[in-house]
Amino acid sequence: MSAWLRHHFHSWRGTIARLTATPIGTALNVAVIGAALALPLGAYVLLVNLQTLAGGFSSQAQVSLFLDRSASSDDIRSIEDRLRRESGVAQMRFVPRATALHDLARSANLSGVIGALRENPLPDAIVVTLDGNNAALAEHISQTAGGFAKVTHVQTDSGWMRRLDALIRLGRTVLVLLGVLLSLALIAVTFNTIRLQILTQHDEIEVSRLIGATDAYIHRPFLYLGGMLGLLGGLIALGLVSGGLALMNTDVATLASLYGSQFRLDSLGAPDCGTFLLFSGLLGWLGSYLSVSAHLQSVD
Amino acid sequence: MAASAPIISFREVCKRYPGGYDALSGINFEVDTGELLFVTGHSGAGKSTLLKLVAAIERSSTGTVLVAGQNVSTMQRAARPFLRRNLGLVFQDHKLLYDRSVFDNVMLPLQVIGLTTKDASRRARAALDKVGLLAREKANPMSLSGGEQQRLCIARAVVNRPSILLADEPTASLDLETARSVMEIFRSFNQVGVTVLVATHDLAAISQLQPRLLALSKGRQA
Repeated sequence: MSAWLRHHFHSWRGTIARLTATPIGTALNVAVIGAALALPLGAYVLLVNLQTLAGGFSSQAQVSLFLDRSASSDDIRSIEDRLRRESGVAQMRFVPRATALHDLARSANLSGVIGALRENPLPDAIVVTLDGNNAALAEHISQTAGGFAKVTHVQTDSGWMRRLDALIRLGRTVLVLLGVLLSLALIAVTFNTIRLQILTQHDEIEVSRLIGATDAYIHRPFLYLGGMLGLLGGLIALGLVSGGLALMNTDVATLASLYGSQFRLDSLGAPDCGTFLLFSGLLGWLGSYLSVSAHLQSVD
Repeated sequence: MAASAPIISFREVCKRYPGGYDALSGINFEVDTGELLFVTGHSGAGKSTLLKLVAAIERSSTGTVLVAGQNVSTMQRAARPFLRRNLGLVFQDHKLLYDRSVFDNVMLPLQVIGLTTKDASRRARAALDKVGLLAREKANPMSLSGGEQQRLCIARAVVNRPSILLADEPTASLDLETARSVMEIFRSFNQVGVTVLVATHDLAAISQLQPRLLALSKGRQA
C-alpha cells in the first residue's frame, strides 16, 4: 500500500472515530444539514411530478370549431379541406353533436340531466390538433377558421397549457434560487462545524505542520468529515422527502380518484438519488475545504 | 565530527516583526554537517527567532538563510513541509498531544511520511528506547515528569532520522541534573552524525560539553 493510500486510510479511520465519538453532536449536525437539503429536494420532486402530470395531457394545442346547426356534410367537408391547406395542422377530428352529448353525459356524470333534455343543445364540432403548442399558430388558425362559413364559434384550448408551462418555468426558477441559497447554507453549516472541529484539534494541526505535514495531509481528514456530514445530511433529506411523499400520496390518491385518475407522487429514481447524494457530499466537502484553508491561511 | 560542507548558513540575516521590533540584525554564521552548536543569550536575545528561521516557521526580513542548500528565505509554502521532514524540532513547551499515548505521539511524524504501521512501530519503539522511555510507551504524556516529557519530545524529533536537530530551550523548566541528561542525549545524537542546534540560556547545563557557542545579545551576535 502506498504512502498516499495509507494517509487516506488513516484519514477515514479518524473520520469514523470523530463521527462516533460525539454521536449526539453528529446527529444534530446531520439533522440540520438534512433539513436544509430537504426543502429544495422536496420542491424539486413536486415539480418533477407536476411536469409528469402536465405531460399526461396533450402537449399539442387544439382549436375547436363549433358549427352552425344548418351545416351540411358538404359544408363540413369544405371546412376540413380548407383547414388541411393550412400549415401546422397535425390532424382533425369531426365530433358529431350526438357523440359530444354522449361524451359529456359520461365524463361529467350528467346522464340524468342530459336525459331530461328534449333535444341535444350541442353543435357539431371539428377539433383541430396543431403541430406543437405554438400559441401564434393557434391564434392564426383560430382567426382563419372564424371566417369560414357555417363556423359559429372558435375556441383555442392551448391557453391553460401555456399558463401551466409558465407556472412550471417560474417554479423551476424559484427552485434554482432556493437550491442555491440552501446550498450556501449547507456550506456555511459545514464550514462552522469543521471550524469547531479544527479548534478542538488545533494542537494536533500545529504539531503536524511543524513535523512536515503538507496542507493536503491536514486537509484530508476534515474533507472526509465534511463529505460524510454532507452525505449523511443528504440521506436524511431523502428520508424526509420520501416520508413526506408517502404521507401526501394518501390524499393525492383520494383527490386523483375524484377525477378518475390513478396519479401518484413518485419519489426520485435511483440515479437521481445517487446524484443528489453526490451533490450533498460535495457541498459538505467544499464547506470543509474552505474552513480548513481559511484556518491554514490564518496560522501561516 | 564536523564535516566541511555547511548545512546551515546565515548571511546578513535580519528579522523585523510587524510593529518594527528587530528580533535579529546582521546575523552571519555557518554550521557544518555533523556539528553541535549552542545558541546562547538572555531572554529576548533572538535565539528562538533564529531557530524559527531555520525551520521556515518565520521568514527573514532581509538576508539569506540556507538550509541543506535550500534558500529558506524565499521558499514556497508548499516546499516547507518537505524541508521540515529533514529537521527534528524540540520545543520548550514540548508541544505534545495529550489525547494520545507516548507511543502514538512518536508515531505521528512517521504517519505523516506514510510509513507502514509495522516499520513505523519498530522505529517509534527504537526512538523511545534511545531516550529511555520504552517502558512508558502506553502512558499518557500528562503522567510523565518534565524531563520525561522533554525526552519524549526528543524521541518524536529524531524518529524520522533527521539530518538536523533543532531544540529551543529544551532544559528551561528542568533541574540541573535532568537538564544535563537531556543535553547528553543531544550530544549522543550529534555523535552519530546529526547536526544539532540548541538554543539555551542555561550555560551550566552545557558547561561539561565544551561546545561551539553562538552568543546573541539583543538580536545581534555578541
